[in-house]
Amino acid sequence: MDILFLLIPFSVVLVLVILGGLWWAVERGQFDDVEHEGERILSND
Amino acid sequence: MQAPNLPAAVYSDTAVRQFALMSVVWGVVGMLVGVVIASQLAWPQLNLGISWLSYGRLRPLHTNAVIFAFGGCALMATSFHVVQRTCQVRLFAPALASFVFWGWQAVIVAAAISLPMGYTSGKEYAELEWPIDILIALVWVAYAVVFFGTIGIRKVRHIYVANWFYGAFIIAVALLHIVNSAAIPAGWMKSYSAYAGVQDAMVQWWYGHNAVGFFLTAGFLGMMYYYIPKQAGRPVYSYRLSIVHFWALIFTYMWAGPHHLHYTALPDWTQSIGMVFSLILLAPSWGGMINGVMTLSGAWHKLRTDPILRFLIVALSFYGMATFEGPMMSIKTINALSHYTDWTVGHVHAGALGWVGFITMGSLYYLIPRLYNRTEMFSVKAIELHFWMSTIGIVLYIAAMWIAGVMQGLMWRSIHPDGTLTYTFVESVKATYPYYVVRLIGGLLYLGGMLVMAWNVWMTVVSGRSVHASIPLPALAPA
Repeated sequence: MDILFLLIPFSVVLVLVILGGLWWAVERGQFDDVEHEGERILSND
Repeated sequence: MQAPNLPAAVYSDTAVRQFALMSVVWGVVGMLVGVVIASQLAWPQLNLGISWLSYGRLRPLHTNAVIFAFGGCALMATSFHVVQRTCQVRLFAPALASFVFWGWQAVIVAAAISLPMGYTSGKEYAELEWPIDILIALVWVAYAVVFFGTIGIRKVRHIYVANWFYGAFIIAVALLHIVNSAAIPAGWMKSYSAYAGVQDAMVQWWYGHNAVGFFLTAGFLGMMYYYIPKQAGRPVYSYRLSIVHFWALIFTYMWAGPHHLHYTALPDWTQSIGMVFSLILLAPSWGGMINGVMTLSGAWHKLRTDPILRFLIVALSFYGMATFEGPMMSIKTINALSHYTDWTVGHVHAGALGWVGFITMGSLYYLIPRLYNRTEMFSVKAIELHFWMSTIGIVLYIAAMWIAGVMQGLMWRSIHPDGTLTYTFVESVKATYPYYVVRLIGGLLYLGGMLVMAWNVWMTVVSGRSVHASIPLPALAPA
């Protein structure tokens, strides 16, 4: 099952990238005022 | 002071319109091919002795047409629409968006020609040969540039949750496609996979199940999180939960694939990992489903009068059903009964017809009139008719396949006391015949509903006109 030596490290890298994305979003204040953001799409088109 | 409103301050909706209309066209084509192959299963003579029309060649044409042509065009239309509206900015590089449209249509036409001719790499949901695979990769990169470029130049600081789902779908599909399609060419329309034997099977189902997860789930959840609130006129029930839904889903999806290879040469522990991850997925899936349905809380009465909302909410019920059934079927003891039977086909179609089809139809019914300067579709009654035809069609389809599948599983495993099989394989095929006919009736109803939609869309387009929707001035959004 040599393929797992490709797929598992690949998944680990992917999880790190996803974690990076989450970290970026939290640091940039994407989730600071979440309930208000849900309503914003209704007010403009 | 507000800046002078330049003429350029309109949304770039040409690609949205093109993709939305082609989604309907390819929907009709893909479902028609589905009806043809369903008839062939009941009456095999219907391949008419023509190799181009044989089941083995038309089946990949059906799956490619409904997933990548119908579903793909709908995802591209809605993602280009949603990303502009939620970022309040024109598409980044509209010319590239035009390339995405024409390139994607070229891929679909190439598939429609090469698959009946028998050119296939033999990988399920990735049958197209390497030159077409390269075109897909190019178009996909262009799609990613347009989508993420638009997010990059957004005028609203917050990235709306639907865009996160669309973004994950675009990135994941690029990775999956490139890894799984790696092959050594042996001529213009022939190649050999870069992987061999069970390694190849593992990569194939790592791709295959993640295609379900990211193409058929994450992408369409992007639609769900925009069009349900818009159509209901209410914000998502819990925006907080939608964010948890997103991160939980993408963190846990990647390793469900091995459940497609239960009881094969794949190592047992890898199969078990696939099963465990599939079971874990129940949690984020149902969290999202409940969040979407509860968006209607306090407005349930709208379901009585609004067929578009009904499409969208029933889509979520099928999403909930399919994401419950899937983890159950991934349990090895249940899989021992269900695997290779028509139960799997029923399960897939609960997701495909119920979830993907309905969320797409509901979203297009919201989107198309607005793209043609109308407040609603040409005929709301026709939407109502479409809804009931397809709902009855799905119920017939999946109930027939459930019964057929469990019956086949039980017949195949039944043995006499001396250990010999009770039934020959062909006896199970004969016993399935009535269910194949019922499934065909279900499919015909679903296709009929799609034709009603196509007529309705046509009438809406000819009685409306393309609009250049203007971008609202940023309402002093914190930048």
